[in-house]
Amino acid sequence: MKAEKELIKFTKRGIYCPQGKFYLDPWYPVEYAIISHGHADHARWGMKRYLCQDDSKAILQHRIGADIKIDSLPYNKSKTINGVKVSFHPAGHVIGSAQIRLEYKGYIVVFTGDYKTQPDFISQPFESVKCHTFITESTFGLPIYNWKTEKELQEELQNWVKTNQANNRTSVFLGYSLGKAQRLMSLLDGCDDIYVHRAIHNLNNAISNSGIKLPKTTLLTADFDKKELQNKIVIMPPGLLGSRLLKRVPNAATAICSGWMQIRGNRRWQSVDAGFAVSDHADWNGLISAVRASEAEQVYVTHGSQAVFSKYLNEIGIKADELITEYGDDKMIEAENESENLETS
Amino acid sequence: MKQFSDLISAIEITNKTNAKIDALVNYFKTAPSKDKLWLIALFTGKRPPRPIKTALMKQWCMEKTELPEWLFLESYSTVGDLGETIALLLPKPTHKLDLTLSEWMNELKLLKPKSDEEKKKFVFAAWSGLKQQERLIFNKLIGGNFRIGVSKKTLVNALAKLTGIDANQLMHSIIGNWDIDTISFEELIKGTHINYDNSKPYPFCLAYALEKELQELGDPDDWIVEQKWDGIRGQIVKRNNEIYIWSRGEELVTKQFPELVEAMTNFKEDFVIDGEILAMKDNAVLLFNDLQKRLNRKNVNKKLLEEVPIGFYAYDILEFNGNDIRSLPFATRRQTLENLFNSISLPEHIKLSFIVKFNKWEALNAIRDNSRAINSEGLMLKQKASPYHTGRKKGDWWKWKVDPLTIDAVMIYAQKGSGRRSSKYTDYTFAVKKDDGLVTVAKAYSGLTDKEITEISRWVNKNAIEKFGPVRTVKPELVFEIAFEGIAFSKRHKSGVALRFPRIARWRKDKPASEIDTLETVKSLILSC
Repeated sequence: MKAEKELIKFTKRGIYCPQGKFYLDPWYPVEYAIISHGHADHARWGMKRYLCQDDSKAILQHRIGADIKIDSLPYNKSKTINGVKVSFHPAGHVIGSAQIRLEYKGYIVVFTGDYKTQPDFISQPFESVKCHTFITESTFGLPIYNWKTEKELQEELQNWVKTNQANNRTSVFLGYSLGKAQRLMSLLDGCDDIYVHRAIHNLNNAISNSGIKLPKTTLLTADFDKKELQNKIVIMPPGLLGSRLLKRVPNAATAICSGWMQIRGNRRWQSVDAGFAVSDHADWNGLISAVRASEAEQVYVTHGSQAVFSKYLNEIGIKADELITEYGDDKMIEAENESENLETS
Repeated sequence: MKQFSDLISAIEITNKTNAKIDALVNYFKTAPSKDKLWLIALFTGKRPPRPIKTALMKQWCMEKTELPEWLFLESYSTVGDLGETIALLLPKPTHKLDLTLSEWMNELKLLKPKSDEEKKKFVFAAWSGLKQQERLIFNKLIGGNFRIGVSKKTLVNALAKLTGIDANQLMHSIIGNWDIDTISFEELIKGTHINYDNSKPYPFCLAYALEKELQELGDPDDWIVEQKWDGIRGQIVKRNNEIYIWSRGEELVTKQFPELVEAMTNFKEDFVIDGEILAMKDNAVLLFNDLQKRLNRKNVNKKLLEEVPIGFYAYDILEFNGNDIRSLPFATRRQTLENLFNSISLPEHIKLSFIVKFNKWEALNAIRDNSRAINSEGLMLKQKASPYHTGRKKGDWWKWKVDPLTIDAVMIYAQKGSGRRSSKYTDYTFAVKKDDGLVTVAKAYSGLTDKEITEISRWVNKNAIEKFGPVRTVKPELVFEIAFEGIAFSKRHKSGVALRFPRIARWRKDKPASEIDTLETVKSLILSC
């Protein structure tokens, strides 16, 4: 237990490693931050030093600033910081997403950040890591969330595009620029020409420049040719739902792609033409299998259904506690989209 | 079932009535004849009785999934719909069952008298042979509302678009008596089983809200003023000893109001009258909230008939002994109506809308302000010479409602809605100050924009005191202006007051909870109105 205390401490600024003197995905500015992935609620502005996985580096520089002080490591290679062995392991959430493994005096802690256990066509598949303490997210920590396989999703999305084309409609997918957009590109690749919003385009460039191959897309310019776009595929951030840009897309059929679309009420809440449960997070069985595979003696459950999931884990004989964090904050993600909005206007 | 499943998917995703109608038309063009009849039956309350209790469905789902009850309930409160929760929780199908809608319905009909064990076997077989959306539909076929925003009227409009037959006639046809085993789809929509001549309604004449000074209306002698009763508008059609009641939404609601039908049999004459259907007890009009208990019910039981009796205030007469008299001046029609009503002795709950006597326009102000005391919404001003217009026309009829009352209250509970609203906290309970604490004064569900609801839902998620269950107690922080139509002392309510038709007027982000109204202030409104 002592080693655990030396390794992690839950503070107001975030999850802290007293021995290593660094934070994991802190939500306030600190000296040294180790970052699980590039989403705005995990990789925040204002840290004096950043450490992340190789593929996240360009993303962080693109999103936070080119001048940040940042180092990176490949997956499964370790670096020792003040005696703590730190390594990144694939989390299968978005490009560059990693679980952060800490080891000190033989005691191991794994912080998952966000993760998805089901493989997709674009990010490195999740690899489970054995540990003593496992800090897991729980965004979709209810048994109603069970995802379709990537193949099934591909068929579903591509069929929707084909039906739209038969009805002379342009297919518009709404998904976050980091992660969902690239995932959708991979699911729709080869179906027809894909146009992406500038926010996605810029991020794609940053990702491609760091050496990762992405499916071919075209930038959706502000003065796009309506005839050219007709019946094609468009991907834009969800913040643009109801925007003038979207309204100008000829005969648009709009789909939201998110795990929340699993529930009818959520699909129907916004006036869109379709909702697809495409999520970058683990589903219920994914969460349970990850917890079991970690073989951890102590689990901490962060953002999402932490009360439900930790209660259930305790019932099936796994010691778990809730951990209140500031991850998964919708407002933060919305703010991110608003800033993306501004880029085009 | 795929066809039906696709139809439901197409309807549930859109909130545009025209898109729903198009999807229905498309279904009617391509589905097997018997399936079309079942669709109509399902959406007009003509479904067979539920063969399996919901408690059993829940129990069997827990058995199949091996989930603890609390987790099942937690899932249910997130989804907000039992059939859907079960569909989402079950493991992936192991094989593929492909039956048409009518085949499923026939199976379900046969299931009713069977033992629970046999029913369970049937349900398990169906669950493991259907995909998620089909499973949801299967669960809904057993019982429960689809909640996809398809009213009888939507259905009828789709059939009208498909066939070109008059929508009201179709309404009568689908509401009328027909048996799915003996009628064909063509016979049903042609209405071979009904006589539409006996039920045919007229379009309602509607009024605009008064937008000028009373004095600008001219000579008060040219006008008839009545109370604007707050019930539901209804048209009673009596022809050839048949009686039909149409709502303003052009739905046939005859069966919901047996006491009106019975009273109308007293008349010898044939007629079509327009009036207000109200909850009425001991000669007094009750609150709209009470009337709501009687609306949209498949069966009205004896207890409810006694608890919330229905009455009718007649406003106008449109047809008398077979003659359409809508073009006659209102004053003349009113005289005809009075003669009709005075010709026989009528039960107490059937009344003529009384005429408000006044000499000068100014005198109406006080009468309007007093409307609340008799559970009226305000006044109606009708030009004596006016015909009974089709639809809404400016100038001849005006409604002049009392201004709503308002209080500032704080939210203390939030609950998720149903249907489209099931993903958000949309139903709120509000409190005002009482001594050092708070006391509940109203529940309200309407008045906020989707954006505000989303913002409040997020706030509730963060500020809820409970972690489990459907109702969330929240910190008393968010202040809202609650508007309502009336207020009365009430023994049934903890606060001692009952508000009539409360809704959210606006979110008072500018006001801290310390500045909300007290119960004393709220009570003083009763005395002042």
